[in-house]
Amino acid sequence: METLTIVVLLMFLVVTAIGIIVLRDLLAAVILTGLYSLVAAGAFIVMDAVDVAFTEAAVGSGISTILFLGALSFTKHQQKPRGHDSWVALFFVVVTGGLLLFGISDMPRYGSATSPAQTHPQIAKRFIEQSGDEVGPPNIVTSVLASYRGYDTLGETVVVFTAGIAVMGLLGLKRRRPEDETPEHASGDVPHEPGHDTDRLT
Amino acid sequence: MKIYARQRHRVLQVITRLLVPFVLIFGLYVQFHGDYGPGGGFQAGVIFASAFILYGLIFGLQRTRRVLPPSVLRWLMSLGVLIYAGTGVLTMLLGGNLLDYDVLAHDPLHGQHWGIFAVELGVGVTVTAVMVSLFYGFASKR
Repeated sequence: METLTIVVLLMFLVVTAIGIIVLRDLLAAVILTGLYSLVAAGAFIVMDAVDVAFTEAAVGSGISTILFLGALSFTKHQQKPRGHDSWVALFFVVVTGGLLLFGISDMPRYGSATSPAQTHPQIAKRFIEQSGDEVGPPNIVTSVLASYRGYDTLGETVVVFTAGIAVMGLLGLKRRRPEDETPEHASGDVPHEPGHDTDRLT
Repeated sequence: MKIYARQRHRVLQVITRLLVPFVLIFGLYVQFHGDYGPGGGFQAGVIFASAFILYGLIFGLQRTRRVLPPSVLRWLMSLGVLIYAGTGVLTMLLGGNLLDYDVLAHDPLHGQHWGIFAVELGVGVTVTAVMVSLFYGFASKR
């Protein structure tokens, strides 16, 4: 049953991905990327990776969809009709995909009890058996993320920080458009005057 | 991005006002309950930021900027990394290794608890600030 659910969800992923490629309407494509992440989160939950699913749902289908929409507002909503499709591009895509599939064949099967992560005495066994005495939190993922692998998480935080700096450098937070400087008559602040038009956007 | 600051989105505005506090509370819950359930600083930061983004989408950028000014975001962004790295430095000053929380309290388990708390807080603060400033960056360049 579980395997069936995973297979169905993964097939949904494939269909959604094809839809994203085929659609010319970029707005619909962006919504589909959000759906893609949501379905992926569902698959992660079935695989008992709740923390990963949580992140995927919050980041993938939440924030990135909004940021895509923001980026979309700079462009048109329709993709330009492409000219001839490049055979060179197809070649490289097929080769890269083939290499990735080839690499997968070396990975341990899903849930395999003999994968290195399970059999290595210092990793899964140690975390499951000792983390309660060594670190404390019942959620082992938190123990690993924040304590055993605290240095890695520090690096991740710095990566997020760097992304923030890059965005501030490229898009600039301080630069305001002239309209923003004019004091807005707080559109949402005047619920008692439904007809009061304070539109600053026109 | 189209910022809906018009009167005709009355329903959206009312619903947003109702929703935002709950989203913020849920963000705090995910932040500080990460030891016991799924979640942690990264997820909490994103949820917390999404409350501000929702507010910004409905009530306009101007008002959101007044609640959470970009200058404050810049401080918060660095503050989170400083909390995280500062915890590491503190553990070194107290005689342990970098990010070895055992030395933060007399009982190693309590030390771990405090360390994880501080570190997750740092992650949450940085992620919130970066996500909201990403939104500001995109929304203000319409």
